[in-house]
Amino acid sequence: MTKIIVFCLGLVLIGLIIWWFLLPHATTTATAQVQDQQQVVDVQVAGGYDPETVVLRQGIPAVLNFRRSDPSSCLDHVVFPDFGINQALPQNQVVPIKIDTQTAGEYSWACGMDMFHGKLIIQAAQEE
Amino acid sequence: MSLKWRFGVSLILSLPMVLEMVLHPLIHWMLPGGNWTMLGLTTIIMIISARPFAQSAWAAFKKHHANMDTLVAVGTTTAYVYSIYAMLTHQAVFFESAALVTTFVLLGQVLEERMRSRASTALEKLMDLQAQTATVQRADQWVELPLNEVQVGDLIQVKPGAKIAVDGKVLTGESTVDEAMVTGESMPALKKPGDQVIGATINTTGTLTFQAQKVGDQTMLAQIVELVRKAQNSHAPIQKLTDQVSNFFVPIVLIIAIITYLIWYLGLNASNAQALIFAVSVVVIACPCALGLATPTALMVGTGLGAKLGILIKNGEVLEAANDLQTVVFDKTGTITQGQPTVTDIVGDTVQVLQIAASLEKLSEHPLAQAILQAAQQQHLSLAAVTNFQTHTGQGVTADLAGSATFVGNHRLAANYSISDQLQQQAQVLEAAAKTVIFVGQEQQVIGLIAIQDQPKSEAAAAISALKKQGLQTVMLTGDNQVVAQAIAHQVGIDQVIAGVLPTTKAQQVQHLQQQGKVAFVGDGINDAPALSAADVGIAMGSGTDIAIEAGGIVLTKNDLWGVPQALALSRKTFQRIKLNLFWAFIYNILGIPIAAGVFAGFGWTLSPELAGLAMAFSSLSVVTSSVLLGRTKLEKLT
Repeated sequence: MTKIIVFCLGLVLIGLIIWWFLLPHATTTATAQVQDQQQVVDVQVAGGYDPETVVLRQGIPAVLNFRRSDPSSCLDHVVFPDFGINQALPQNQVVPIKIDTQTAGEYSWACGMDMFHGKLIIQAAQEE
Repeated sequence: MSLKWRFGVSLILSLPMVLEMVLHPLIHWMLPGGNWTMLGLTTIIMIISARPFAQSAWAAFKKHHANMDTLVAVGTTTAYVYSIYAMLTHQAVFFESAALVTTFVLLGQVLEERMRSRASTALEKLMDLQAQTATVQRADQWVELPLNEVQVGDLIQVKPGAKIAVDGKVLTGESTVDEAMVTGESMPALKKPGDQVIGATINTTGTLTFQAQKVGDQTMLAQIVELVRKAQNSHAPIQKLTDQVSNFFVPIVLIIAIITYLIWYLGLNASNAQALIFAVSVVVIACPCALGLATPTALMVGTGLGAKLGILIKNGEVLEAANDLQTVVFDKTGTITQGQPTVTDIVGDTVQVLQIAASLEKLSEHPLAQAILQAAQQQHLSLAAVTNFQTHTGQGVTADLAGSATFVGNHRLAANYSISDQLQQQAQVLEAAAKTVIFVGQEQQVIGLIAIQDQPKSEAAAAISALKKQGLQTVMLTGDNQVVAQAIAHQVGIDQVIAGVLPTTKAQQVQHLQQQGKVAFVGDGINDAPALSAADVGIAMGSGTDIAIEAGGIVLTKNDLWGVPQALALSRKTFQRIKLNLFWAFIYNILGIPIAAGVFAGFGWTLSPELAGLAMAFSSLSVVTSSVLLGRTKLEKLT
C-alpha cells in the first residue's frame, strides 16, 4: 500500500515539474517610459530577471537599472553580447547600464553563465 | 555574507564529521554527543552556508526557472530533512552528506570565482596602459594636465621614459618609441617630425613635441579596448547548443532523480534511505554550470591572449569560421609586398649609374623616382646639379650633367640610343623576373641599368609556408599582369595567382573562391573593405585604415605577415578549447548522472552524495581552469 502511494506521489511530482518548469509560462514585459529624452527601466535580478523583456524606443538614450537581490553567483554578472557589456552586479546595489539605442532590433542579455536570459527589444520610432 | 565566509564556516563545522567518517571504521571513535552534535553542526551550516542556495532556488522557482542553486538546495535539504526524520525514528542518518556537499560546492565556487576573474584580466591590463597625465601647452606654458582635459589640437611634450598620452603627429624632436604594448611590434620605432605617434606607447630616447589628433574614446588604444571588450562577451554559434540545453537541464535532472528513487525503492526493494541517497547523488552531481562556462571563459582568454600579441579577434563567430578555412587570399600590394618600390639591382658602375639617375630623378615626380633617390641616399651619394632638364612623357627624362648629355628612362627612351648586347640581355633577364628596368645613359650610350620592384616583405615566404603547414591553400589577388604577379608568387611560395583583378572586383573573386570552401581575405587598403566583408574571415592588416578595421573580422595591429598564421592558429586553438570544454562538460554529466543513480551499482560503482558534490565542484572548476591554461599558450608554438 505504501509503495503504491509513493509511486503515485512520484508521478505527480514529475508531472508538476514538467508543468511548472518545462511548459511555457507568461513572462513579464516592461515598456520604457520616456522622460526628458531619456528612458529608464528598473530590472530586478532574483532567480532570473524581472521584467524579462524590456521594450525601448529607438534613438532615445536608455538606462537599465539592474538590482541584484539574489545571492547566487550565477547571476553576479550581466552580459549583453551585442553591446560588449559585461557588468558585475554587486548584491543589493543599483547598477545603471547605458544602452545604445541607435539600431532597432531584438537583443538578448544573459547572466555570466548563460543560464538566465532576458530580451531587449528596440522598437523603431515609426512603429509607434 | 561572502562566499569565502560561507565556505569557511561550512568547512570548519564539517571537519568533526569528516573525522568521524575516517576514524570510526578504524578505532570506533564517535563524535561526543553523537547524532545530536551532527544535527547541531549541520543546522548551523544549513542556516549560514546553504541558505543562500535555497533563497536563489526559491526566487528562480517563482519565475519558473531552475538552476544550479535549485539542485544544491534540493539535494542538501533532502539529506538534512530526511536525516532529522531518521534520527527521530532511530534509523541511520546522513547529516554529513548535507554538510559536505555544501562545503564542496562552496569550495568549487570560491576557486571558480578566482579563476573567472583571472580569465578576464586581459582587458584591465590593456586599460592600465593608458597614461594618466600629459604635459600640454596652455598659454605658452607647459602644464601637467589629467588625460581627460587634453583636447584635439593641443601641443604635448613627452620626455624620454614618459608615456605618450594620446594619438598625434610629431612636430619637433626625434626619438625612438616603444610601441610593443599597443601594436605588439617588438622593434622600437623611430619618430621624426611628421610621423604618427600612438597614445600609451613609451618614448625612450629623445624629447618629442606632438599635436594631439585623437583623444578620449577615439584613440587607437580606446578602440582596441572596445574591440576586445566586445569580442570577449560575444556569442559563439556553438553556444546555441548549451543555450537550449540550459533551459530544460535542471528540470530533467530533477525528474531523473525522482525516477531513480522510485526504481530503487519500488523496483529493487532498496531501503528508503538507500533510494534517497541515490536520488540525492543524482541531484548533486549534475552540473549545468560547467556547460554554461565552457564557451565564454575560453572565448575571453583566447581573445585576450590575441590582444596581447596584436591580434584582435572581433567575435566568437569569426573564431568559429577560422576553424574550418580552406583558402587564404592575399591582396598583393602592401600586404604581401612592402607597398613601395625599391631598387633591387644596379648593372654597370654602381656609383656612376645611381648618381646620374638620382640627380635627374630628383626633379621628377614619377613614383619610381622615389625608389632611386632612396637608394642613392642609402649609399650616401651627393647629387649633382643638372641643367636643360626635360621630361619625355611615357619615356623618361633627359638633362645635361657636368657638361655631358645624360638620360634616364624606359626601353622606349633607350631605343633612341645605342646599347651593348650584354646590357640588352641583362635587361631581358631582369624583366623576366618581373622587375621594372630603367636605362641610364651618358652621351649616346646606355651605361647601366637599374631594376626596381615592389619587393615582398622579408617575412612573407616564411609566413606563407607556415600557413601551408596548417593545410591552407594560398591565393594572391593583384591588378598587375600575370608575369609580374607570378614572379612575386614564386618568390614567396603562393600556390595560386589571380592577376589583372580590378580593385572593384576583389570581392567577387573572393565569392568565387568561396564556392570551394571557406575563405579568409588578408588586406589593408580602403579598397579592400568589400573583400574583407565578403570573406568568411576578413583579416585587416597593420597600418590599416579605419574602414578596413571596421570591415575585418580579425585586425592585426602589426604590419607583419606572421600575424596571419598566428591569428588563424590562435582561433583554431581557442575553438578547440571550447569544444574540449563542452565535450568534457557534457561527458561529465552524461557519465556522472548514471553512476550517481546507481546504474553501475552491480559492479560496485556508486557515488555517495559527498563524492558527487566534490565531482560537481571540480567539473566546473576544471572547465574554467582549462580556459585559463589556454592563456599560457606560447606565441612561437602557434605557428
